[in-house]
Amino acid sequence: MTFADKTAAQMQELIHTEKTTIAEVTKQAFDRIEALEPKVDAFLAMNKEQAMQQAEEMDKVPLAERGPLFGLPIGVKDNIVTEGLETTASSRILEGFNPIYNATVVEKLKAAGMITVGKLNMDEFAMGSSNENSYYKKTKNPWNLETVPGGSSGGSAAAVAAGEVPFTLGSDTGGSIRQPASFCGVVGMKPTYGRVSRFGLIAFASSLDQIGPVTRTVKDNALLLQAISGHDERDSTSADIEVPNFAEALTGDIQGLRIGVPKEYFAEGVSEAAKQAVRDALQVLEEKGATWEEISLPHSKYALATYYLLASSEASSNLSRFDGIRYGYRTQKAGNLLEFYMNTRSEGFGDEVKRRIMLGTYALSSGYYEAYYKKAQKVRTLIKQDFDKAFENYDVIIGPTTPTPAFKIGEIIDDPLTMYANDILTIPVNLAGVPAISVPCGFENGLPLGLQIIGKYFDEETVYRVADVFEQATDFHKKTPQTWEGAAQ
Amino acid sequence: MAKMTKEEVIEVAHLARLAITDEEAVHFADQLEAITNAMELLNELDTENVEPTTHVLEMVNVLREDKSVPGLDRELVLKNVKEHEAGQVKVPTILE
Repeated sequence: MTFADKTAAQMQELIHTEKTTIAEVTKQAFDRIEALEPKVDAFLAMNKEQAMQQAEEMDKVPLAERGPLFGLPIGVKDNIVTEGLETTASSRILEGFNPIYNATVVEKLKAAGMITVGKLNMDEFAMGSSNENSYYKKTKNPWNLETVPGGSSGGSAAAVAAGEVPFTLGSDTGGSIRQPASFCGVVGMKPTYGRVSRFGLIAFASSLDQIGPVTRTVKDNALLLQAISGHDERDSTSADIEVPNFAEALTGDIQGLRIGVPKEYFAEGVSEAAKQAVRDALQVLEEKGATWEEISLPHSKYALATYYLLASSEASSNLSRFDGIRYGYRTQKAGNLLEFYMNTRSEGFGDEVKRRIMLGTYALSSGYYEAYYKKAQKVRTLIKQDFDKAFENYDVIIGPTTPTPAFKIGEIIDDPLTMYANDILTIPVNLAGVPAISVPCGFENGLPLGLQIIGKYFDEETVYRVADVFEQATDFHKKTPQTWEGAAQ
Repeated sequence: MAKMTKEEVIEVAHLARLAITDEEAVHFADQLEAITNAMELLNELDTENVEPTTHVLEMVNVLREDKSVPGLDRELVLKNVKEHEAGQVKVPTILE
């Protein structure tokens, strides 16, 4: 029996009826990871010994005390700190770093009874759209090993797509959960800014970063978001707002739902197949009782420039903490303290990180602050207002997640602007702070395409309801990639 | 948009505490120039009367009682320090 194609509910059923145990599920996850990692390269540090021990303990817990995710395996993106388990954000500068505390989300996973099996590869400090910026390895797309899994949460999406683990956590600053979820044919949610605590998330751009779940089905995604959501006094930007029951929102009923479809999301650069997949999806939702109209988010074309100025500025400040003094990589070549800082950072950071630190430093420097940073903050207001206006008349906004399916490894790594354009349809959502999900909605040349469903502030319930109706009416989520068959079991 | 020079890149790199070679500076100058040129697109927009957004949610100042609480255990704090001695972090010479 394989667990790779099972939902949380199906696995609980097997455990509760004693057809399997938590220890067996955990062991199988590691067996499958070990069989597939030579091809997929999604994982960094592994937590095998502790996870197996934890699993055996958990098998002793009475059934009545177990929640829907109890005893199930999960992988965690490597920019989320895990006590005693190496956390590098895929950067050389954090090589060997062993956190002395857990991120709030990791504590919450523990409270839900989930078992952390390991850490997932990513673009260094979450800067990138292909996982090619990791210092350690290049994760491959399980659908075609010559293509990228997307990024920056590429490991998180690839591990779920390959069936290595049913659940992972990613983080999304400009599309870093949704774009890889789209490329790998899985479900990825960026919650409303403030829904999930960022305490223990290694900061990239603090006003944009948000942790979110990656899964194979919408229901499982809702269960995982439930487990990690909520106000946290250790993150002053986490929202003190009630967390609804997301799984209960999956009623299957979207009668009367009003969908806005931004014409800007069907612009030049978006592939014909991606456009057609969204049109087909709209028809499915129409048949289920929704209506849709074309709308305009007129400032969409300014989002990319706004994002790179703001995110890089915030990053240049956030990443100034990496100096080699208290933790992480230390240069061996330094005569004095200034040289120590400069050499440590130059040897420790990769090119894309350096590029963004310099762009941010430049945008914040005297003489350029008003022209770049402040200008971008003002345009951010206009982009946010586009969404506010649209949501006066529509319940959700729908479009493609990415302009194209996954591209080949090495194809655009030397062209930063083309790489940045990957996130053109996901970035506006982060700037506005609203929630959005990517669900599988089609294929182009054998590679998955994603449907992006954007909701109102703190209305993840409607987003999940629509995503679930679409998933139930289609079978894209049941398709499995080529690596699937190659695994043990 | 003014051209981004090698010297400007070296200056910015120094502010950011990054050591870069002349060759890298030339390479980064080209790339940063292309990127900042793309950012010029924002100048199309009149934002004279637009308020800047720093955070999307209404933020309130979070205060707590001014009460002392125990800090982290020293051994834990030093766990990731590469070189330390007698409970203190070792760094290269600060004063010449």
